[in-house]
Amino acid sequence: MADSSGNAARWQDDLYDLLRRNNVTQFAYVPDAGHRILIDRSLADPGAQSVALTTEEEGVALLAGADLGGAKGVLLMQSSGTGNCINMLSLIKGGHFPFLTLVSMRGDFGEGNPWQFPMGQAVEPVLKTMGVIVMRIDQPGDVVPTVGAAMTMAFQGGNAVAVLLTQKLLGAKAF
Amino acid sequence: MAQSYPQGVDMAAAIAAGFVLDRRDAVPALIGRHEDFLFVTGLAGTARDIAALTHDGAHIYTMAGAMGGACMIGLGLALARPDKRVLVATGDGELLMNLGSLATIAVMNPPNLTVLCVDNGHYGETGYQKSHTSLGVDLEKIAVGSGIKRSRVVATEGDLADGARFLREGNGAAFVLLKVKPDDPPPFKRNFDPDSCRVRFRTALLGPG
Repeated sequence: MADSSGNAARWQDDLYDLLRRNNVTQFAYVPDAGHRILIDRSLADPGAQSVALTTEEEGVALLAGADLGGAKGVLLMQSSGTGNCINMLSLIKGGHFPFLTLVSMRGDFGEGNPWQFPMGQAVEPVLKTMGVIVMRIDQPGDVVPTVGAAMTMAFQGGNAVAVLLTQKLLGAKAF
Repeated sequence: MAQSYPQGVDMAAAIAAGFVLDRRDAVPALIGRHEDFLFVTGLAGTARDIAALTHDGAHIYTMAGAMGGACMIGLGLALARPDKRVLVATGDGELLMNLGSLATIAVMNPPNLTVLCVDNGHYGETGYQKSHTSLGVDLEKIAVGSGIKRSRVVATEGDLADGARFLREGNGAAFVLLKVKPDDPPPFKRNFDPDSCRVRFRTALLGPG
């Protein structure tokens, strides 16, 4: 329900503006309610390339290719999608590619769907095991500063960074 | 004659199924002037094809892991550099691992991206086990069915000249299926370090720093 509140729309719009100000042009995503505003903004933005994926690992490889060409991108995915990325993160870790992903969490705070827990609870350890730095955001006011920090760590520091948008931030789903 | 082929390959059956071209001749003939492209390759076979062709040039990024990623690396690169022609050269096994990327490429339809699948119907690196393309799967039909509007099958000497032209022209994502014998790629030793290859590629394309 957080998606429809004005507050959520505001931080999502601020987040999109932050990404674009920092020359992020490739927005790779598997459709997701938690990222809806970012996805819609990228689709409407003639300066952005909005890439709908069939599976999240495609986005990992896409962003490596973007970096080879000198462009910056972000992978927008749900927590379940992180499991689809594991071996492709070999490319990121081995090649020291800068990598930024925003993960909308399920299987976390207040989740009601039992199918979401196995991967939701595994997101952090799996990403860390593959060399990805993980940060969590629970409060709307932390979104812009945290993603700003993540961009610096990724695009200047040369790291792989995941920012988890938790269910405290997005609102838990009971289905 | 048969003993010069990789162990376990039924070459007569492969040739009867249309896998007749020699990749060591057909890949260079199809590509022509390699300096005109930025390359992303799959693992093993196509990495060696392109490394041998370019002497492991700075305009190629070859993989030796992360199987299934070649097409999407190529898409990210093609979107980032619309001024350059990007050629993804990958094998049937690597492509089969992420067929959805053909759908994603079709939807984006970048005018500067071509996928060249060097299809030998086998997993050469792991002992020439048959791949799905020896068992009835047609990757060119899958590419077309995925929505890629421009495609070619290159299966004979007579197809090469048209295929070479096709690879270099057009205004939309393209797919070329090159059917080759299940025989070894050139024995070229390339740089296996994904990090130094990244730096090499970026420095050549973007300049230092």
